[in-house]
Amino acid sequence: MEIPYIVTPREDTGLWNAKIAIWLFIASEVMLFGGLFSAYVFLRIGADASHWPHGLLNVPVGTLNTAILITSSITAVLAWGALKMRQFSKYKFYMGLTILCGLTFLTIKLAYEYPQKFQHFGVFIKQESLGKYEPYLGNAYLAAKGLPPRIEITGHLHNKSALTDPNAKEYEVAVDAVNADPTNPEFDCPRFIQKPVTGKIVTIDKEDVEYASVFAPRHSSFFAIYFTITGLHALHVIGGLIVFLYFWLPCGANLYKKDPEHLANRVEVSCLYWHFVDLVWIFVFPVFYLL
Amino acid sequence: MTDTTHAPSHETVHHEEPGFWHKYVFSVDHKVIGIQYAITGLVFMFLGFTLMMVMRWQLAYPGQSLPIFGALFQKLFGSAMVGVDANGHPGVMSPDLYNSFGAMHGTIMVFLGVVPTAFAAFGNYVVPLQIGAGDMAFPKLNAASYWSFFVGGVIMLASFFIPGGAAKSGWTSYSPLAIFADKGPGFYPIFNGQTVWILGMVFLISSSLLGSVNTITTIIQLRAPGMTWMRLPFFVWTQLITSFLLLLAFPPLESAAIMQFMDRVAGTSFFLPSGLVVNGIHIVNSGGGSPLLWQHLFWFLAHPEVYVLILPAIGIVAEIIANNTRKPLWGYKAMVYAIFVLGFLSFVVWAHHMYLTGMGAKVSSFFQTTTVLISVPSVILLTALMISLWGGSIRFTVPMLFAVAFLPQFGIGGLTGIPLAFSAVDLSLHDTYYVIGHFHYVVAPGTIFAIFAGVYYWFPKATGRMMNEFLGRVHFVASIICINCIFFPMFIQGMIGMHRRWYDGGASYDISKTIVLGHSGLEWNTFMSHAAWGLGLAQLPFIFNFFWSIWNGDKASRNPWHATTLEWAAPSPPPHGNFEEPPTVYRGPYEYSVPGADEDFTPQGQAEPGGAGSARLHSADAPEPDTLH
Repeated sequence: MEIPYIVTPREDTGLWNAKIAIWLFIASEVMLFGGLFSAYVFLRIGADASHWPHGLLNVPVGTLNTAILITSSITAVLAWGALKMRQFSKYKFYMGLTILCGLTFLTIKLAYEYPQKFQHFGVFIKQESLGKYEPYLGNAYLAAKGLPPRIEITGHLHNKSALTDPNAKEYEVAVDAVNADPTNPEFDCPRFIQKPVTGKIVTIDKEDVEYASVFAPRHSSFFAIYFTITGLHALHVIGGLIVFLYFWLPCGANLYKKDPEHLANRVEVSCLYWHFVDLVWIFVFPVFYLL
Repeated sequence: MTDTTHAPSHETVHHEEPGFWHKYVFSVDHKVIGIQYAITGLVFMFLGFTLMMVMRWQLAYPGQSLPIFGALFQKLFGSAMVGVDANGHPGVMSPDLYNSFGAMHGTIMVFLGVVPTAFAAFGNYVVPLQIGAGDMAFPKLNAASYWSFFVGGVIMLASFFIPGGAAKSGWTSYSPLAIFADKGPGFYPIFNGQTVWILGMVFLISSSLLGSVNTITTIIQLRAPGMTWMRLPFFVWTQLITSFLLLLAFPPLESAAIMQFMDRVAGTSFFLPSGLVVNGIHIVNSGGGSPLLWQHLFWFLAHPEVYVLILPAIGIVAEIIANNTRKPLWGYKAMVYAIFVLGFLSFVVWAHHMYLTGMGAKVSSFFQTTTVLISVPSVILLTALMISLWGGSIRFTVPMLFAVAFLPQFGIGGLTGIPLAFSAVDLSLHDTYYVIGHFHYVVAPGTIFAIFAGVYYWFPKATGRMMNEFLGRVHFVASIICINCIFFPMFIQGMIGMHRRWYDGGASYDISKTIVLGHSGLEWNTFMSHAAWGLGLAQLPFIFNFFWSIWNGDKASRNPWHATTLEWAAPSPPPHGNFEEPPTVYRGPYEYSVPGADEDFTPQGQAEPGGAGSARLHSADAPEPDTLH
């Protein structure tokens, strides 16, 4: 049974089958990420200013990743163009470059950015105990400037046993620069500041703690939606890479020998998908890193 | 996404016969996949109904052990789930089991029973045939869609037998309940009812995504020459719109499921507000989430899902009514436009399920308006089908009986929905049996009757044999009586205020002792339960008929119903590739009783008007084809 319009377009629609299918698939994906972004809107509207962290994500690294992903979109199109001009070795080169860009993006995201977050620890202080930790929060200073209060002390947890030991009464945190020097005007504006954790250790009684967690999804609504969307996005990148790899390996060459236009069409629809994944990141980057 | 078949470059006349596994199990032929969907879907439907038959025992006779099957029931679900009655007989379901049966009844019926049958089974089998295609556009994706559905179904079934049992937070899985259910001592961290429900849903959603992409592409690309848009059989139109609903409405539920999964497994608070106290214990979490967010995302799927359930049913009924009244559908174009409007509006009515959440009067007003608006296209459809009956010489075949019964019953379902569209009335009726009666009238005597109609109608095409007429009539009469005896009293119960989720059927509430039409709410419970078991018995002739007729039914010709659409131009059953020669379409889908033609039907693929033989018998004194239209 031969299915028509796999390679050549149907006359009245001007399209071959997979092209319609990929656009439909992308429409569905828009709704998937749309659901998650609308959750972001819902959560952010519901959160008060103190509960929505700013400047926790690494903007230079995020920018680099954005550039890498856009580059990969360009090389993907070049690979497709090479196929259309029947230059197979050029196709191999550009497709290889695309895969390399994708892998670099994933490495930065999953092996550098994520673990960096998992090392960090945040302690939310109870409303009634905020005064006790005023030297690390600087709320009087913030109030005078009309800024929302700070309720969280962040840094690296020194006594990791405090997480599991029910008898441990306190957290010892090597605090971030913002908590070491809370009245420094540099920290007024919520933006990412690349500063290592200070050597200053702050001891926080567990009784004063509202909630404490590493920078994992459970830390806050912000990290919950951040890890969910970027995690799902990373899964999409992995899926795209698998497809690209499949066409880059000998399977692609075999199809090229049989019907080069068929391979070109397949690469074209995977490129459309890849651009969509890229586009999702174009939304993720400003929404999480910059806003 | 780029998957296409590697068909052999030239069609060979003598196909190599594939082995049993490739022919019937791992087939990529749309007809085999359609039949797989149909049988799996029908089995799941009966299973979902069985859950309800057991629950109806608990509702009618709370605290009494299940007769006959009591011991087996306890063995199956364990003594923690099935207890003993006052006399020590085993077979009394626990509240947890009752809740899980309720949740799984909804899940199985909607996602594993009705949608796979009405949309996937008929869509797969009939659509390529009706548009004159050899197969679906992506046969391998088609098989992947079925197997993803199958895995999802197996996961859902397996969840009954993991420690703590299947999901029990309702098929709606509202948060925060669903976040805290099935957790703690006695439950595995991931393999517990609710989390497994989410995993199963992911497979079902993937399946529907693949299926809908495939169906839309097929309809756009693989129409036979001459099959213009307005010559499409109405059933194909309903499948097209349904596919779009599935394509666009399901992903938000998937994102909601991902978030619920994160809430349950990673400890996030997407759907948990700050300061939540559960069982007297203050929950330690980051808070700041919104339980309403789940409801919005859930109903954004689940309302269009209602139209996913009903549109293919209307499509099936339209085909059968046109065929059995021997006249064209009345208002075909209006019906096509109506389902477009219906499809669009179905995306903006979801919050009418949420009046009780206190969204605010302004939001409620918006959704009241859209909800009332959506009744306009629905009424157009129903009216067009009713008027189609007018003046026809109706053949009351078994499919026609079911199709005609669909009309008033779907009408009852639709009309009882109108009061629910208004928030003032809904506040009193919300979560009562009235709501259950309303949507079951739409889905059970509505869609499921249409499914039966479709099975009887296309069975000869799929198997080459007719189903038994007498058994079909027995099935129809018994079913229509029983099903109305189940669902009509629900309106009464709902209006006196009986709640849909009462484990004892309301025995501990005074309200259920209110007498209506000579019976108290509780007595109606008993009456309805007997009707439900009667409905179960009424399916036996169908089940027997179905399997018996596959091998022993009367041989069917290519076109036993004298129908016009293209599927009847193919042999029964159609071979791999469907048509002996590629069909060409010359006319609209419902040219029945064309004046001046020799026979009362003119197939779409026939160049000259009249019956099968009229092209050859065409004589000089017959009117010219052009003057007929």
